[in-house]
Amino acid sequence: MTVQGDSASRSAVLVASRPARPSVWARLSGNFASAFFAALLIVYWEFHVRFFQVDALLLPPPSKVFASLWSGIVSGLFLEHFGITIYRALSGFLVAAFLGISLGALISQFKLIEKTVYPWVVALQTVPKIAIAPLILVWCGYGSLSKIVTATLVALFPVLVNTIIGLRTCEQGKLDLMRSLKAGRWLTFRIVQLPNALPFIFAGLSVAVVFSILGALVGEFVGSKDGIGFLILDANYQLNIPRVFALLILLATYGISCHLLLRFAHRKLVFWNEPNSVTSA
Amino acid sequence: MQRTLPSGDTVPAIALTGVYKTFSTASGELVRALESANLTVHTGEFITVVGASGCGKTTLLRLIAGLEQCSAGTIAINGAPLVGPSEQVGIVFQDPTLLPWRTVMQNVLLPVQVLKLDARRYGERAKALVETVGLKDFENKYPHELSGGMRQRVAIARALVHDPAMLLMDEPFGALDALTRDQMNLELLEIWSATRKTILLITHSITESVFLADRVIVMSPRPGRVVEEITIELPRPRTLEMINKEEFGKYVRRIRGLLGSGAHDHSGATP
Repeated sequence: MTVQGDSASRSAVLVASRPARPSVWARLSGNFASAFFAALLIVYWEFHVRFFQVDALLLPPPSKVFASLWSGIVSGLFLEHFGITIYRALSGFLVAAFLGISLGALISQFKLIEKTVYPWVVALQTVPKIAIAPLILVWCGYGSLSKIVTATLVALFPVLVNTIIGLRTCEQGKLDLMRSLKAGRWLTFRIVQLPNALPFIFAGLSVAVVFSILGALVGEFVGSKDGIGFLILDANYQLNIPRVFALLILLATYGISCHLLLRFAHRKLVFWNEPNSVTSA
Repeated sequence: MQRTLPSGDTVPAIALTGVYKTFSTASGELVRALESANLTVHTGEFITVVGASGCGKTTLLRLIAGLEQCSAGTIAINGAPLVGPSEQVGIVFQDPTLLPWRTVMQNVLLPVQVLKLDARRYGERAKALVETVGLKDFENKYPHELSGGMRQRVAIARALVHDPAMLLMDEPFGALDALTRDQMNLELLEIWSATRKTILLITHSITESVFLADRVIVMSPRPGRVVEEITIELPRPRTLEMINKEEFGKYVRRIRGLLGSGAHDHSGATP
């Protein structure tokens, strides 16, 4: 079964290397530039507010925002409500990820399900989910459940749509290969289609993780006695604008961390494909 | 593999009788891709099919592979009528169609996994094959770390791993540069002479078709039709120097004449 031949000399072919990522130095200097820009902006903001005596109710200076952030964290108030909102957003995200991937798989695999369910999924997507939030409050109550449901609804579609697209854009050649080996549907799905869809699914997940915060907040705005959404409204009523800004910083930090975490997971899992920049859904 | 009929004739590895294939396009138009194709391939033979783009060569291969069904006519593999894809056939597509998330070895083992063959026995075989195609030290590399020629080598090893009786190849080296292509042709002949598989290779390069084949099937475009079968009586083992010989040139000119201006010849051989 073996062919005598100089396999060693044949393998001495140049190995094509992947397009290199920018060097550590280039990335560091890029990070430094953006950090410097942000610092400059904050300094200017502080200076502008003080110099032109802008009403603190309209735009508080950064120093006051950070002081408010600090006192909120130290007193434990922020963390308590932050924990509640993260619980709601993350639960919504996880449910949305599970539902989106499994429903997307079913829709892409079975013609009947595609024909009966998919049109309604598309129709439902065009309904502004935020408009349903008051209704969900009525249905699911004042507690966490209504917020989790809202977060799920908002985060579901990016995952679902991307899963369907990812499973559909499988190269015909790969499917032919599996067919020529008489592979069944499930095996083809597991070995070829699902891994092939992973880059798309991850793009959907990165959007969904941000959307889930949005959903949880909307749920809290509509009616809640706790959570960051409640704190923001409360601070707004009290015209405690520095606190509103402080809470926004907290939310942004959470959103960015989730996004980076997902991007890291994407890099590790989908090592054959660099993460795409986030697509909006 | 060779079976003999009571009459003493051998059963051909592939036999096409009066095969037609018609596709309907998206606009409802009917396109005849293949018309009255007759073809007999004997066990252990190396057959090449040459023709211009769109002459139905790929359709022919897909029919034999069981990936498409013919509109009329019959196809028999080793005497048995073809009903669908068969593990007796290994296919090398135009693109390597490797799974980018699998290493070279995992890609080669794909048919073993899908056909649920004995992992240990075929694992050894896969190792030997990877060595045969010259990728010994690349077993654990991923496709994106390989060059185009190396990827196609992996695809060849994958097509052979489950020990099929025949190998169908659809312009396997079409995307490679001329020098790599020559190299791959030589390696393919080496593999063929060592394994004696029946090989049917589709190409649009006249030189390649003559260089590799025992017999060249010349096809005309739209509707695809077998125009002529030419037996190549060049000695084996073949070498690249043969391409410059007068005898080789005769075959090439004859095929080019049959194809008219429809085909082009960009083999790697430098004159």
